Order: sequence, then structure tokens, then C-alpha cells
Amino acid sequence: MAHFQKKQAGSKQEVPTSAMPDVIFILLFFFMVTTVLREVTLQVRVNLTQAENIEKIEQKRLLSYIYIGPERLPGNTLGEDKVQIDDAIVDDLGSIRTLMYDKLREQPKLIVSLRVDENSNFGLLTDVQEELKKASTFRINYSTRRDPN
Amino acid sequence: MLIKKPKRKEAEINGSSMADIAFLLLIFFLVTTTINVDTGIGLVLPPPLEDEDPPPIRERNLMNILVNSEGRILMDEEPYSITQVKDRLMEFINNPNNDPDLAETPDLAIISIKTQRQTPYRIYVNMLDEVMGAYKDLRDEASRANYGVPYGALNENSEQQNQIKDLFPKKISIAEPGDS
Repeated sequence: MAHFQKKQAGSKQEVPTSAMPDVIFILLFFFMVTTVLREVTLQVRVNLTQAENIEKIEQKRLLSYIYIGPERLPGNTLGEDKVQIDDAIVDDLGSIRTLMYDKLREQPKLIVSLRVDENSNFGLLTDVQEELKKASTFRINYSTRRDPN
Repeated sequence: MLIKKPKRKEAEINGSSMADIAFLLLIFFLVTTTINVDTGIGLVLPPPLEDEDPPPIRERNLMNILVNSEGRILMDEEPYSITQVKDRLMEFINNPNNDPDLAETPDLAIISIKTQRQTPYRIYVNMLDEVMGAYKDLRDEASRANYGVPYGALNENSEQQNQIKDLFPKKISIAEPGDS
């Protein structure tokens, strides 16, 4: 009757997959480079507070963290406010001085990032700050989250 | 005599599973990656006090902010609420009407924050945030007036940026907390 013939494309429809491993490798390298594997296990609870006028710290390798917050005790309870540096809780605040001074020697441009729980008192923080002053690590940063507004 | 060596089969590594291996690794790193940028309020601590007296500061250049353990704020002996702090600070630093009680010039102004040991950290950071906000607005204003762009758009360590920085240096002093 009529000439309704299905049009057929001349070429085969195939996506070339030979470059796929390369694409995936590039992605892989990207994530490998950006990954930070060593995260400390927090022994204190740190809920960061929020602030508006904050700055980003681009150079992460200059950072050294000090965590201040209520100690996590077994059974989901919280103890008293404690200071944690690296992986251990520091009970003797006087030892912060030598700890931070050693870090400063390794990285002269050290920035100490203070990650303090929002419900902590200012008292413990100021003791830590006094120690930092004595260790002459003067650049500090109060870690905060960005205000959602 | 010359016996032709039989043609060896070419050694080949099967590369077809390479994509799968790469995929596995990719998924592992995708899951473990946390791309978080650290943000916070930067501050430079003063060196510890030696036994010498601090340099004299004229009273009008100093803004004393007291924050007590309940979060109430006194600025130069007058109570303020946290929302008023920024405007008051900007007025103090800039001193547009040349009030003899406010800072002589913006670069001489010093903000002193004093808290108590029981003051919650959150309130202290809020306070610091307001102070930083006041300085940010002032720098933005000056930068817009002089160069037509906000302060943040200036190049890092450029001459313009340093000029604005010198105009409004952040002089913030964190006093040792009182006990009562």
C-alpha cells in the first residue's frame, strides 16, 4: 500500500568504552588525593557553635587541633570538660606548652584550631589559651560552623 | 640446519578487569572522603605579659566589653543586648561625629573583651562574631568607597588590601576572666 518503511540508521549505536578505565582512574586519583584518612577518634563531645563572620582556612596542613568538651564516658554519659590533643586526653594542662611548642618547631606557621563544645565554659579555654601563649603559638582559630541563615 | 623457531605466543595481561578494580578503589575513596573546609574565627593571641606595665592607652580609645556568665553585656559600663553590639562598635571605631568619648581614629581603637570563667563558650563566640562583623562591615565600606569592590574581592596581600587593613586593624584584646 504505502511506503512506510522503517528508517534505519546507517551506523551502529555503541558508546565507545575503551576510555572508561582512564576516566575512572582520573576520578580515582582525584579522590585519593583529596582523602584524609587519619581522623582522630574523639574522646570528648564537640558540638561546634555557629557564627556568621567566619573565614575559611585553605591550608589544612598548617592546622593542629585542640578539642575541648565534656568527656565521653561508657554508657553514653558525659563527664567533665576535658582537653584532647591528637588522640589522647590531656589531664595536666601544663604539658600543653611542651606539646604545642614541639608542633610549632615542626611547622613554624602553625595555626591552632580550637574545637570547643558550645556548652563548655570559658574558664578551661582560657587556661588552654594561656598555655598556648607560653608556647608562643599565637595564631589560633575558633572553629565554628557557618550560620544556616 | 637452521630450524625456524616456532613462533611464540605473545604474552598478554588480561586488562579487562582493570576497570572493575579501579571501580572498587574509586568507590572506597568516594565513601571515605570527607571534603570539609574548616571554618572559624581567626585570632592572634598576644605574647604573655612580662612583668612590665602594658603601654598606656587613652581611655577614649578603649572599648571595654564585659560578658557575664548569664550572657549579659556591658559596653563601657552600659548594658547592651547582643544585637546592638555591632552598631555600637561601628560607631565607636569610626567615630563619624568626632565625639570626644569615642576612638580618636579607627586604627587606635582597641576592643577589650572580658568574660567570666563560667561564661558559656557559645556566648563568647557570639560576642566575638559581632566584633568581627563590625570590622568586616567597616572594611567593606572603606574598600567600596576607595576601590569600588568589597573587601573580600581584593587580592590577598595586595597593596589595596593592606591599606584597608592598616586603616581598620583588628585590635582585640581578650582579657583574663574574673572569677566572680
